[in-house]
Amino acid sequence: MTQDTADMAAPAQQGKSLLTQDARTRKRNAAETRFKAYGIAALGFSILFLAVLLFAIIRNGVPAFTQTFVTIEIALPADVLDKNGNRDIEDIKKVSTFGYNPLIEDALVAAVAGIETEVEDGDLKKMLSSSAGAAVRDAVIANPDLIGQTIAFELLASSRVDGYLKGRVTREDLARDKNLDAAHLDLVDALIETGGVARKFNWDFILGSDASESRPEQAGMGVAMLGSVFMMLVVLLLSLPIGVAASIYLEEFAPQNWITDLIEVNISNLAAVPSIVFGILGLAVFIQFAHLPQSAPLVGGLTLTLMTLPTIVISTRASLKAVPPSIRAAALGVGASEMQTVFHHVLPLAMPGILTGTIIGLAQALGETAPLLLIGMVGYIASNYPDGIASGFLDPNSAMPAQIFEWAKRADPAYYERAWGGIIILLVFLMTMNIIAIILRRRFERRW
Amino acid sequence: MPAIWIIAIVLVIASAGYFFARRRAFASAGSDPRQLHSLPVYYGANAAIAAAGPALLVLLVWAIAQPLLVNSALTQYLPADIAADEGARSLAMADVNRIAGGLDAAVAQGAMTENDAQTLNVETTDVRAMLASVGVALGADVDAQTLALAQRYRAATAFGNMLRVVTIVGLALVGAAIAYKLTNKDFRARRYVEGAIKLMLIAAASVAVLTTVGIVLSLVFNTIEFFKAFPAKDFFFGTRWEPSFSGRGGHSDLGFLPLIWGTLFISLIALIVAVPVGLFAAIYLSEYASPRVRAFAKPMVEVLAGVPTIVYGLFALLTVGPLLLNAFGANGVFQLGWMSGGTAAITAGLVMGFMLIPFVSSLSDDIINAVPQSMRDGSLGLGATHSETVRQVILPAALPGIVGAVLLAASRAIGETMIVVMGAGAAAALSMNPFDAMTTVTAKIVSQLTGDGEFNSPETLVAFALGMTLFVITLALNILALYIVRKYREQYE
Repeated sequence: MTQDTADMAAPAQQGKSLLTQDARTRKRNAAETRFKAYGIAALGFSILFLAVLLFAIIRNGVPAFTQTFVTIEIALPADVLDKNGNRDIEDIKKVSTFGYNPLIEDALVAAVAGIETEVEDGDLKKMLSSSAGAAVRDAVIANPDLIGQTIAFELLASSRVDGYLKGRVTREDLARDKNLDAAHLDLVDALIETGGVARKFNWDFILGSDASESRPEQAGMGVAMLGSVFMMLVVLLLSLPIGVAASIYLEEFAPQNWITDLIEVNISNLAAVPSIVFGILGLAVFIQFAHLPQSAPLVGGLTLTLMTLPTIVISTRASLKAVPPSIRAAALGVGASEMQTVFHHVLPLAMPGILTGTIIGLAQALGETAPLLLIGMVGYIASNYPDGIASGFLDPNSAMPAQIFEWAKRADPAYYERAWGGIIILLVFLMTMNIIAIILRRRFERRW
Repeated sequence: MPAIWIIAIVLVIASAGYFFARRRAFASAGSDPRQLHSLPVYYGANAAIAAAGPALLVLLVWAIAQPLLVNSALTQYLPADIAADEGARSLAMADVNRIAGGLDAAVAQGAMTENDAQTLNVETTDVRAMLASVGVALGADVDAQTLALAQRYRAATAFGNMLRVVTIVGLALVGAAIAYKLTNKDFRARRYVEGAIKLMLIAAASVAVLTTVGIVLSLVFNTIEFFKAFPAKDFFFGTRWEPSFSGRGGHSDLGFLPLIWGTLFISLIALIVAVPVGLFAAIYLSEYASPRVRAFAKPMVEVLAGVPTIVYGLFALLTVGPLLLNAFGANGVFQLGWMSGGTAAITAGLVMGFMLIPFVSSLSDDIINAVPQSMRDGSLGLGATHSETVRQVILPAALPGIVGAVLLAASRAIGETMIVVMGAGAAAALSMNPFDAMTTVTAKIVSQLTGDGEFNSPETLVAFALGMTLFVITLALNILALYIVRKYREQYE
């Protein structure tokens, strides 16, 4: 700086026009432009990355919402499915999935009659998901009157056929694949033209349950979504009252002493403790010590509550602080007690801010995965819906982020696609919550 | 009687107390509320709190204390050699608890009467088969002594449960009665109610302290267990991380160095990405951007902070990893052969860097904005260009705060789990090559605690020692950073 001023003081500009810049000014101006360009580049880079991330999610995830179905006419002969002929539901249940498979094979043979193919009749069923038999059986058990008729069923295609329609699987890929041959794909092409094979929107991906490793075409998010909902209920019911009570104490009543300091330092440090450490806490305290059931949404919710509390306390204290002292003074002035002042006047005015903070805290908790890994919500195959409220809290379940992680671990492109799709669902939830928070803030925020 | 029924009874007593105390207050004031010291609801609430508060508190303490007391009372009946050894003792007690639970289930399902369960004898009945038939599977046959202990356990628990009902219902009744007795028009009910509410507020505020205590205790106890089974020197200075898979038998190398090396290496890559980008973005946003650009770009950058880490993890695993492999792998565009798999230190580091950009930029933004305008005006008035002002006046003034922000980002990077679990690989390597697979402290906590190992084996317990080191490191970084930031804020206030 001193060097600059010394230079400027020297009569360097003699005989030159003021309108042409000298070398030094040009250099400084160039440095200015460069510096600004770095800033724009950094900002552009961040936004570009956001765009790439969103593009990757949407491109890879959207196909998960559609699924390939094969429509075939299946004959349901009474002499196979109901030998006694009295439509007794117990007798019908005795026919296992294996009893239905030959019927499906016959139907497939009939469907491809007239199409020239190298595929042997027995191998035709490789085009279908291995869940096909169970799907037909469930339909028959739900409605025994179908027996004896020929019904058009819409059955899930196998994940490789589905991948072919989505451009994920090519004929070259199948050269060494024992689950499907290129000849099957020719058959699929022919069936697409007749309308026997088609891609449709798949509600089961959003509402259905997880499936075993070999049946990606059947897996869905629904049960894990319920697990997340139960967990968020626990978090909401515990962290909102505890967080608000703690903030009220610290902001309105706490005397200035070392205990209050200790609590405050504690809260700000907890906000920065890695989430995996909360997982360890949950494992040691709730499962090892208190013997609560492993993998239960209740335990997940308790663990996430402890993690979310600091966020809620910090935002609640900010909104309590924003209520002007004149409100308190006025309430105290007309004879309200301190407690009445806080609960009748300050708290209602701070409520929009508190709710906004709570929703944002909940959104954070909803997307958190690491603590759930430790309390066993990963690795569990969430294939059954909970039976009721109590079992929703206490029975093993998964949660949305844990389910996504589980799918990503299965190392199968069909499951990768579902993991991306699951992320879209998760982000839709998070976006909704954040938009609600923003609307609340816009609508009710007061500036004093 | 299950706890939920006791709670229901206590609540019924409390609501009765509310109703009667309120009525009594009214009566004592001659049905004129103006004669009362407090509003009528306070008299009722006072009685309800007096009934429910102490009773529920005692119920909570009882729930924790009773199993501990019963277990320690039963320990004296164990043979001396088992009682002396902690591991054997907890195993024996676990057996006792499981059999007692099985007998409870058998009685509940009607497979035997309460009397049968307490007089059961191993010589006349196959207890294991008996319990298996009601859905309680045991690992081994039941010996006479364990069965006797289980029966003692059940007797003690039954006695405890009866005592619990009497104590707690009695406490609720006494509380309600005292409050009812005290109620008259001059009784300062509001003071008592507000005092009780304040106690609840204090209890809520202490949850934060309890959480910290819980974290520290759960880490410390299990870490001590670990160091009993595994020498501390080999843990802190070991250079090999090779846990045996079975969890029993087989030698495990549990060296900490490769893990902390991987953690620091990946965090460093992340900071190399995040700090320049985040800092320049913050400088541009706070010093150059027009209000319109700022209103658009700042929320855009901050959206990145709201994305869950599982999303970044998947992005690292399925997009960034294969992309890098395409560029630097053996069959990649440049035919370099530097990278052998998509999961590597650089994959995780890069993605973590992207994740930290909004963190660094919004913290730095706040700090740059806190530099007083007079310093900018002074510098610009002397003829410095805008960038010279930023580099030579604003950044030096904001430096302590920015250092604090970087430290906070570093603590985030060290504690980050999902990105490294999915993107960094599983091999613990002391390598300088960013294209190698590496692993971190957090990733190994996950893999050691999600396996099927015995809970008491060093292979599982090591996760707690790792968690302890992680907790200490991040805590130290946070405290240091908060201290620096606070110190800096005071400078300009």
